[in-house]
Amino acid sequence: MTTSATETRSVVVERELPHPPAKIWRALTQPHLMEEWLMKNDFKPVVGHRFNLRGDWGGVLDCEVLVVEPDKALSYTWNFAHADAAFNLNSLVTFTITPTKSGTLLRMEQVGFRPDQRQAFGGANAGWQQFFAKLEEVLVRTE
Amino acid sequence: MPDAHEVLFRTLADPTRRALFERLCREGEQTVGALTAQSGVSQPAVSKHLGVLRQAGLVRDRHEGRQTHYSAQPGALGPLVDWTSQMAGFWQIRFDDLEDLLKRMDQ
Repeated sequence: MTTSATETRSVVVERELPHPPAKIWRALTQPHLMEEWLMKNDFKPVVGHRFNLRGDWGGVLDCEVLVVEPDKALSYTWNFAHADAAFNLNSLVTFTITPTKSGTLLRMEQVGFRPDQRQAFGGANAGWQQFFAKLEEVLVRTE
Repeated sequence: MPDAHEVLFRTLADPTRRALFERLCREGEQTVGALTAQSGVSQPAVSKHLGVLRQAGLVRDRHEGRQTHYSAQPGALGPLVDWTSQMAGFWQIRFDDLEDLLKRMDQ
């Protein structure tokens, strides 16, 4: 695969959930609920609000709320600053909530990665970040 | 996300299993007994974890007499080194936790 250094990429994860949109909106926007499935945070559903997501592994993501459409769409930046450029990450996370017959389709799209930021995936729980850094070393050694 | 990624993420999400795998990567082939001695869990538990790692293709076993030796197969991790797969795996696991939360929440 050939890619230019500035090309953005996206990750999309979709899931059908047997719950109404309003309930999912609460889980996505109330800090104590966000903490239960995502990370510790000081989020507020207000455009322009800057907040942090704090991972169990000690990493802190810098975020800014860009879109707030209750029960429909939520978007914020998802940036991770690191002294090692290979770990830097500037990305945008957008959640889209669509009602279905049996509940809700929740779609998450994260865009903004660059190919030279292969190791950057700030936000992983359970030490994924360190794990993959170590993994890269192992793979390099075994090549 | 392809099932192969899902299997790798789920296999390595367990800290004990991940520690066993990392140790095999770091120190090379080991017997179940040697792995158990430093793992802090029982031998049946270690054997069970090794079985899961083996099914995911992450370790290989070799029988020699009464001993079983395990070695890491780091090549099996190839698909995960790609960042889009890493992030997709991250979100899949987060969405699992979100589903659990939604079940516990009041309407």
